[in-house]
Amino acid sequence: MNSLLVLPVIIPLGGALFLCMLRKRTTAVTAVSSLTAGFGLTVGVMLISLVVKQGPQAVSLGSWPAPYGIVFAADLFSAAMVLITWVIGLGIVIYSAADLKHKPSFAHYQVLIQFLLAGVNGAFLTADLFNLYVWFEVMLIASFGLMLLDAGSIQIQGGVKYVFLNLISTLTMLLAIGLLYGATGMLNFAELHHKTPVLSPGLINILAGLFLFSFSVKSALFPLYAWLPASYHTLPSSVAALFAALLTKVGIYAVIRTFTLVFPFEGTGWQTILIAVSGLTMLTGVLGAASQFTIKKILSFHIISQVGYIIIGIALYTRLAIAGSILYLIHHIIVKANLFLIGGFLNRKFGSDHLSKMGGVYKSFPVLAVLFMIPAFSLAGFPPLSGFWSKFAVIRASIETDHYWLAATALIVSVLTIYSMLKIWNEAFWKPAPTDPVSKPVRSLSSREACLYLVPIATFALLTLIIGLAAEPFFRFADQAALQLLEPADYIQAVLGVKG
Amino acid sequence: MESLLSLITGMLIAAGVYLMLERHILRILFGFILISNGVNLAILTSGRLSKTGLPIIPPGGVMPDTPYANPLSQALILTAIVIGFGVLIFCLVLAYKACQVQESADVNLMNLSEREEK
Repeated sequence: MNSLLVLPVIIPLGGALFLCMLRKRTTAVTAVSSLTAGFGLTVGVMLISLVVKQGPQAVSLGSWPAPYGIVFAADLFSAAMVLITWVIGLGIVIYSAADLKHKPSFAHYQVLIQFLLAGVNGAFLTADLFNLYVWFEVMLIASFGLMLLDAGSIQIQGGVKYVFLNLISTLTMLLAIGLLYGATGMLNFAELHHKTPVLSPGLINILAGLFLFSFSVKSALFPLYAWLPASYHTLPSSVAALFAALLTKVGIYAVIRTFTLVFPFEGTGWQTILIAVSGLTMLTGVLGAASQFTIKKILSFHIISQVGYIIIGIALYTRLAIAGSILYLIHHIIVKANLFLIGGFLNRKFGSDHLSKMGGVYKSFPVLAVLFMIPAFSLAGFPPLSGFWSKFAVIRASIETDHYWLAATALIVSVLTIYSMLKIWNEAFWKPAPTDPVSKPVRSLSSREACLYLVPIATFALLTLIIGLAAEPFFRFADQAALQLLEPADYIQAVLGVKG
Repeated sequence: MESLLSLITGMLIAAGVYLMLERHILRILFGFILISNGVNLAILTSGRLSKTGLPIIPPGGVMPDTPYANPLSQALILTAIVIGFGVLIFCLVLAYKACQVQESADVNLMNLSEREEK
């Protein structure tokens, strides 16, 4: 039994239970939480090196042989997502030691962050549809908790929208799973790969539509993203960064996994719809961002527009396009988390999130200005940063498949992205500091706290630079992962060949 | 029997969707309850209904003596019911808090988080 596959879920669950016992001891809570995330990161690195060396891995739980038992499996894509989840997890835990320290329920935040990480990792590793639903719920319930801890009135009202719309999505997913089980008698991904092609096309279309609807709500696709800009900006920065980096990406992962493995995708009507949806998601997201004037709202809308780019890859369904989407996912998770963290630092410094209350950061804190420029320009797609290469791959794939409108939209959207990033730059960094001090007293920042804030920001910026400057190995990796998704024979063999 | 249960599922979900379109937050929650019950019934029905025995293996045997009902869909529903119940309680508390904050149960008025900040 290959326990490496289960550890990314077991570690945070164990860590969370241990954290429950510590409660009020802030230092101990921080230490245990960071240690847990550190272990997770180590396991993530070990898992990915194992998968690179030996191909897809699988393990069955409770000694039931596949396809009847629940199987955990990892191919390159899953392993990469697990690793990146832990990179973000560790960064956020360190950052939150400064950002959430003064919250009355600091320990609860840490407990729920670990539960959320467990849910996310479970969703990335499972090879069973119903189990995917369960991990979605674990993740969702943890995120409900994080959303409403120490909540004020604005946060509660944003939370109502987040909770209700996400519940509709999970119910739809559950219904689709039930119907698919009724049609095939199976819920294992690998077994479904053989069983779905023999179903009648009408039934497949309905089931695929139900799954697509449910995952579209999760990954905030047009026109189902209303919950995201209504709720994310009400959260404390470190939680917002965690959500922005991981939650929508689990939805995208589920789309990619089910539509490469379970449902035949090419040539169905859903492909045309998804191509149109990806363009509209990009465009509406970025227009929303351009109209906002607080950092977190701008960044929340940007999540939507970037999700559009990632969806292009799966919608076009070529090897280059899927490789582009995988690279884009990895790049976007790091960059988006980093921008939220920087936004949180500015928020702390000025006591407000509104751009008109900020200014003069370039003069007073030039290092932060450089650290902001790296992810901001990467988000917009400037060479040689990571965003450029992933955008290049996706746009090239859309030109190769003769979707010129899609390529044009993607280019226009990146211009608009620069516009809204420049807005933050001009207002927060460039213009002179506001003369009237903000009415809300700002807690002074000790150097230890500043260090906790800046270490994750600098690390993520460094990662963005590394992916940008050494793009080739990363792209080769994404290409291999895309190949495994398009020709899943190894994955299927690993899952079905697993011994109980 | 299957067609009757399918009909009931359809009615539950239709009523649930109707309730979810209301503006009163509790009605939306009732809609959620109806839909989630409808979904559970759909899973039960799609596991096939039959007049058979329990899927329990007698001591020493390898198979149940009588033909048996599909236990997997029942296990799935059990999981779904437990999760749904927990989430429902959470939602009730959230709805109560939201009503307290707004001093109204009309979800159209709950737009504090989407207002323009000055």
